[in-house]
Amino acid sequence: MSRLGRMTRRAFLVTSAAVAGGVAFLVWKDGQPVPNPLRPGPGETALNPWLVIDGAGVTIVTPRAEMGQGTQTTLAALVAEELDLDWQDVRVMHGPASASYWNGPLLALGMPWKEYAASRWQQAAAGSTDVVARLLGLQVTGGSTAMVDGFEKMRRAGAAARIVLVQAAAARLGLAAERLRTEAGAVIAPDGTRLPYTDLAEAAAGIAPPEDPPLRPASDWKLLGRALPRTDMMAKVTGTATFGIDVRLPGMLFATVRMNPRLGGAMHGFDAGAARAMPGVVEVVNLGPGFAVVASNTWLAFQAADAVRADWGAAPYPTDSAAQTAAIAAAFEDRPKATLRDDGDMADATGDEISADYAVPYLAHACMEPMNATARLDGGRLDVWCGTQAPVLARDHCAAALGLKGADVAVHTTFLGGGFGRRAETDFAVIAAHVAAALPGRAVQVTWTREEDMRHDVYRPAALARMRGRVAGGRVTGLEARIAAPSITRQMMRRIAGFAPPGPDKTLLEGAYDQPYAIPNFRVAGHIADVAVPVGYWRSVGHSHNSFFLECFLDELADAAGRDPLDLRRDLTRPEHAPSAAVLDAVAEMSGWGTPLPGGRAQGVAFCHSFGTPVAEVVEVARTDAGIRIARVFVACDPGTALDPGILEAQMTSGALFGLSAAVMGEITFAGGIAEQGNFPDYDALRITGAPEVSVRILQSG
Amino acid sequence: MVVSLTVNGAEQALDLPPEMPLLWALRDALGLTGTKFGCGVAACGACTVLVDGQAVRACSLAIGDVWGPVTTIEGLGRPEALAPLQRAWIAHQVAQCGYCQPGQIMQAASLLAETPVPTDAEIDAAMAGNLCRCGTYGRIRAAIHTAAREMAGE
Repeated sequence: MSRLGRMTRRAFLVTSAAVAGGVAFLVWKDGQPVPNPLRPGPGETALNPWLVIDGAGVTIVTPRAEMGQGTQTTLAALVAEELDLDWQDVRVMHGPASASYWNGPLLALGMPWKEYAASRWQQAAAGSTDVVARLLGLQVTGGSTAMVDGFEKMRRAGAAARIVLVQAAAARLGLAAERLRTEAGAVIAPDGTRLPYTDLAEAAAGIAPPEDPPLRPASDWKLLGRALPRTDMMAKVTGTATFGIDVRLPGMLFATVRMNPRLGGAMHGFDAGAARAMPGVVEVVNLGPGFAVVASNTWLAFQAADAVRADWGAAPYPTDSAAQTAAIAAAFEDRPKATLRDDGDMADATGDEISADYAVPYLAHACMEPMNATARLDGGRLDVWCGTQAPVLARDHCAAALGLKGADVAVHTTFLGGGFGRRAETDFAVIAAHVAAALPGRAVQVTWTREEDMRHDVYRPAALARMRGRVAGGRVTGLEARIAAPSITRQMMRRIAGFAPPGPDKTLLEGAYDQPYAIPNFRVAGHIADVAVPVGYWRSVGHSHNSFFLECFLDELADAAGRDPLDLRRDLTRPEHAPSAAVLDAVAEMSGWGTPLPGGRAQGVAFCHSFGTPVAEVVEVARTDAGIRIARVFVACDPGTALDPGILEAQMTSGALFGLSAAVMGEITFAGGIAEQGNFPDYDALRITGAPEVSVRILQSG
Repeated sequence: MVVSLTVNGAEQALDLPPEMPLLWALRDALGLTGTKFGCGVAACGACTVLVDGQAVRACSLAIGDVWGPVTTIEGLGRPEALAPLQRAWIAHQVAQCGYCQPGQIMQAASLLAETPVPTDAEIDAAMAGNLCRCGTYGRIRAAIHTAAREMAGE
């Protein structure tokens, strides 16, 4: 069977449920309004799930969580653009946990095709996953999907609201709607009469909004495409932003948690006598594989937790790093679980063969804000306050933990002091729910120590790669990548749904199989290692290791072929994907690639197509007396349309530094079943002194 | 035992153990949550406050050892009355997740009090103890230069 045939059949198997659901529910999707989960208070009107208008103005309700990426600002700008709001008047809030805030493109990330070359039917199948995401109520912030999901949805919310506000004004003024215009949060009559939206909202709420409001062309945009002041900036520079850890409630108690550091192991017993005797300690709660200490302040809870003696059970995985690496390597002995690129066999390639093995370690997320959540159980209703990337999951997992219905649980999403995938988990919320259940009627904030956070992470998986390639006549004639790692998707599905689906794990191979390289005899195969160290989504996920493997090896091939590594990449991308070749051209120009550098300086290049955006980077390093310094980074990217170039520049810089921190300093190792790194002195990241100067160029191919 | 502190100009009598770190007195007893917990071992700078104008790690300073008036991010400036550093942070759109930024700003305040017109190298030396996982260092450096110019009356 041809590669296309195999690919199609596999993709179909994976997407068939989505397609079947799509047939039934596309009608529902097109014909039915999204249920509005907002319960407006007195004097407030919620025109749709994304918009609340009260006497003070318009508040845009963002379906995604603000964890630093600027999503609230741009989601709000999408609404404000169509609604004609003055940017300085825009207020934002996180939406409640609700299926109405489903994230359509999220499931499409799991589709095992090459994103840069998605055919029309594949795009249609991705569209049908939107319907499944809606059915599942997947309100998740992650996978670089917020703008893809919100680009039309949020603009339509603004456009539809604007139309009913204009209609309400027309009725009040006795004028045709066509004679009215909107500007800065008001409807303006031909004689200059100004009717603020705040005065029209109640009447507008009684008018059926159009299902398919026209959207403004990009050429008319006033807010989108500009670097806007972020909506969260004032709060974040004055200490008034509320992160999960900053929630303060009347009579609130402070707690901390200690779970078995041999992750997944049991607690056979514990002695909390000394802790209970400490003045100010309120309760010690048995959590099964761990315990929580509740006290009058967080510091006392930390002290008291140190005084508890627990008898921890064994880890359900090889207890040291060498044994874990051996277990991952053993996966190479099995048949691959997925061969997501199969453009021929290396045996058919001509030329000299070279090979290389690569290994990357487990990595912690190390969000600046340690894991925490606040909960209160009162008369069968549970309230949970936390920074979460997955409020619906948090709600459902907390409900299940306490035997409540989802409707009896309210999740209040705060700012996230970093997420990076860690806050897509629900463990911190469920722990707080259990602790609150031990003290009904009292709000309890459960703050993890940094050590608890770092030693109870869901780590970026350790991964191994075995690469082989051939070169002849200055060309790459074959490339085989075999990658072995534990599967995030399987573990995550077990945590979410209680079972792990069979089938390929795209995350394991993303960044390797799906790169726009026209390499003959190119095969990428994944081997899933069954190692029970918890793993989870980490910034960029599979690309974080696969791009490293593939790009390092491509440099080896370039060297063997006597080719310039940037020129080789341009040759490989140009026939496959023009925007990818263009970012390589751009980064070459930015960095002065190929021109002689001062002594002790050198440049290297890498490329990755991920989440719809091709990115090329040149890193310039300098030899110093203290070792190698990363001096400069040049980034060229093409997201199609840059909705906010200021935020995009910040994100590209942030991603580069996050990756370099991991490459230079990040490593979680295990001894005795316990992560050896517990705090920043053992697991640091780039500081201002080591951070390179980063320049970003944004291309927009539309 | 009662420990007396001056925080943001207000006298506070705290009925807390003198060995309690200032960070937790600020956050859990006084409700001043702008000062953040990051590591508890003075390794990340998220809890930086000023004591007598000098930057200290509040997670590792016992309230019984506080030797002068304490200034937190809430005392440096307010949304309606911003300090020059906060204005510069907004002008350069520095914050991403924002969790480390109160500590960064307080560290920068200490730097500018001692070195009104710092060089890049002086900024790096002063700010090296403040970790930012979002990697906002380039904008932090630019914002400190801007605030220094404003404070110098340029």
